[in-house]
Amino acid sequence: MSEFFHILLLSFLIVCAVAVARIKDLLSAVIIFAAYSLMMAVIWQQLSAPDIAMTEAAMGAGVTTLLLMVAVSKTRRQER
Amino acid sequence: MADLVLQTVVKLLIPFIQMYGIFIIINGHLSPGGGFAGGTILGSSIILYALAFHVEDALAHYSRSRAKMMESAGVVAFALIGLFGIIRGGHFLANNIWGLGETGTLLSGGIILPITLAIGIKVASTMITLFFHLLEEKKL
Repeated sequence: MSEFFHILLLSFLIVCAVAVARIKDLLSAVIIFAAYSLMMAVIWQQLSAPDIAMTEAAMGAGVTTLLLMVAVSKTRRQER
Repeated sequence: MADLVLQTVVKLLIPFIQMYGIFIIINGHLSPGGGFAGGTILGSSIILYALAFHVEDALAHYSRSRAKMMESAGVVAFALIGLFGIIRGGHFLANNIWGLGETGTLLSGGIILPITLAIGIKVASTMITLFFHLLEEKKL
């Protein structure tokens, strides 16, 4: 059961990473990146590193998303 | 852009977020977390306020000069606590200055608690300053 859960999380992680690289709308890329960070936090917790999981959840899903979103609002939304 | 529902929810939520951040900072030596994680959560509460209200309102609560002062105070406190070990004849950041206390209680661990507090203040101020600076850049 636990192994299946790990495989599910990791495959979702890979899907998110590929989607961030390939998507043209930069705002959507930022949101998918937040989902990637959240999934990464769950994986850190599963790998018995709750310290890193907490930092990843606050940093990756919170602050990085905000800063990237401000950066998108200052520049163009569509990738050329 | 003033949304009543959003502003009310943010007003209700911010005390809990800040309480959680302070809890993580203070319990840094007992449970997962510490200065960096707690400071990020504390800083993101002010960023949430700036997003729901206007940036000027957030700056009125946490002005630029105060952020600068807190940031410097965190670093200076860290350095002074570290130098205290040298003054007592040990190495930098030497522990056991005033006794270690009972293991597992909040006031154990010697200098770890003040150092974590200093890191938390510094990281929270850095997050807020980073956000404000990026927000006030010219549009490219």
